[in-house]
Amino acid sequence: MRVEKEKMVLDRGFSYLLLLAFFFLILFSTNSFAQDPSDTLAPESVTNVDAFDTPNDNGHSITVSWELSSDDGAGKNNVVVYEVYRSDSPEGKFEKRGMVPAGENTFEDQGAKEKDNANYLPSHKNFYYRVRAKSDGLFSDSEISLPAYAYGQWYHTGKTPVLVAVILFSVFAITFITLARKGKLFYIRPLAGIEAVDDAIGRATEMGKPILYIFGLGTADMIATIASFTILSRVAKKTAEYQTPILIPCYDSVVMAVAQETVRAAYLEAGRPDMYKEENIFFLTSMQFAYVAGVNGIMLREKPATNFYLGKFYAESLILAETGSIAGSIQISGTDEIAQIPFFVAATDYTLIGEELYAASAYLGREPVLLGTLKGQDWGKAVVIFSLILGALAASFGFQFFINLFRIQL
Amino acid sequence: MHPSPDIGIWIGGLLTLGIFSFLYGDNPYYKFCEALFVGVSAGHWFITLFWTVFIPKLLGNIGIAIHTFRTEGFAAGMSDYMHWSYIFGGILGFLMILRLFPKIGWISRWSLAFVVGTTAGYYFINYLVSNGLMQIQKTILPLTSVGNIILVVGTFCGLIYFFFSKEHKGAFGGLARVGIWFLMITFGASFGYTVMSRMSLLIGRMDYIFGIWLGMIR
Repeated sequence: MRVEKEKMVLDRGFSYLLLLAFFFLILFSTNSFAQDPSDTLAPESVTNVDAFDTPNDNGHSITVSWELSSDDGAGKNNVVVYEVYRSDSPEGKFEKRGMVPAGENTFEDQGAKEKDNANYLPSHKNFYYRVRAKSDGLFSDSEISLPAYAYGQWYHTGKTPVLVAVILFSVFAITFITLARKGKLFYIRPLAGIEAVDDAIGRATEMGKPILYIFGLGTADMIATIASFTILSRVAKKTAEYQTPILIPCYDSVVMAVAQETVRAAYLEAGRPDMYKEENIFFLTSMQFAYVAGVNGIMLREKPATNFYLGKFYAESLILAETGSIAGSIQISGTDEIAQIPFFVAATDYTLIGEELYAASAYLGREPVLLGTLKGQDWGKAVVIFSLILGALAASFGFQFFINLFRIQL
Repeated sequence: MHPSPDIGIWIGGLLTLGIFSFLYGDNPYYKFCEALFVGVSAGHWFITLFWTVFIPKLLGNIGIAIHTFRTEGFAAGMSDYMHWSYIFGGILGFLMILRLFPKIGWISRWSLAFVVGTTAGYYFINYLVSNGLMQIQKTILPLTSVGNIILVVGTFCGLIYFFFSKEHKGAFGGLARVGIWFLMITFGASFGYTVMSRMSLLIGRMDYIFGIWLGMIR
């Protein structure tokens, strides 16, 4: 019994000894990893450092490329970062310009073009570059690159598809404008929102109420606002003929000035310049929700028979349209702001969706220039559709060349 | 309940209630808040433009141009000369002021024509890139998954809908109809998404009234 007990104690002691030995084995193993002699060495330097002008820019930028250190992702695998240094002479002091993580082999030394800027990088001046492969505390420098200087390019090769598209669409537009001017009639499909314009103005006349025309928050340089000016011209001419007042509260002072000129010209064309009232086209404010509060007040006090919301709209679209609905007005809306179209669809009687707003001006005006442009746009869309189908097929069958034709570098 | 002792918070809370009173209908309280809101914002806008555009952009740049000319003369670089170009904007702005004089107010049309004409041309390129070429680039997808097929077909039919010089009937009309369905489904999704973001705005106002102002919630 005693012998068995002693044997058990010995076995247990032996087990503890084994565990202790195992513990020390692991400890020494870890230490031996930490003391790997490769860690005390700097990474291999990068090779073939090449500095050249950054293409397709206005100068003031040099791109540096290199071949990765042999210890980047291989070998000692200890490269953490590459630092890029620049000097205006090979013997001069090299200043750090930036860094890229391991695995990357290009760096764009983007300088400022203003002389008084601390980061100024003059064009047409030679610079030399050196790349430092860095591990944790250790580094190795590359050879110094050949000199390179920055200069601006007159032509951006990455935007060639844009040039081709501009030429193509211009040819379409000029061709169809010329044909329209020679008297060729182009079919334009009816747009419900525009067909309703005359009825809406007639309703206002019958009710003896004004018409409210809102451009939204767009400025005079936006395409939606410009399209809206053309529609306003037609609406104002009708209101002049029907002797119905038109109110235009404006968010932007330049839009107000253009709207005043547009309405004045329309009243003149209608033979009723005496009816024109400049004070009906007024600036309200340029703060979004203050503008909404003001227009809402006008809607409830003036009770316009018809509201036009044509132009650029943002978060105020639903608030305006709902208030107009409460005021009992017929509402015609149109915008190219995709996020706001759903609100207009839900809360107004007629909505011009996106490009329909642009088409509406041609539909109303029936001028050769507008009709020809619209026809040209349709041909442009046909080219887009054709490219889309061919592109999808090319992508499916792996014809990368065709896909690259549409790649734009901005 | 621990109402805020800050008078500014009280004014903000009372004005918020004034604007909310519009839900009840047009009333003197709303009219007062509306007039205050519109008037203050218009005045603020004027002062902001004066100090962020007129002073630094116009006077600041012309000042730099004059200083450079006095110190460097004709030896100044091209970028220094560019500061003089702001005079052109100043002249256009001055022509706009002539609208105040009816007899020569027509001259302001030159400024308007310049602004509308040049920017329309400028935006033509931007729209062509973002709405045309980028659209093609992003839609050229291999027809190897249901998602890609839906995207290509939706774009194709959507474009068909926006053909204005061809009557929408027959097969062409059918494709246009599919296009409008795609558009309406997109609008529905967008509607729901935006309504949710508006709810967060309402929550923000409620937090202001019941939390910051009245101290009823934390």
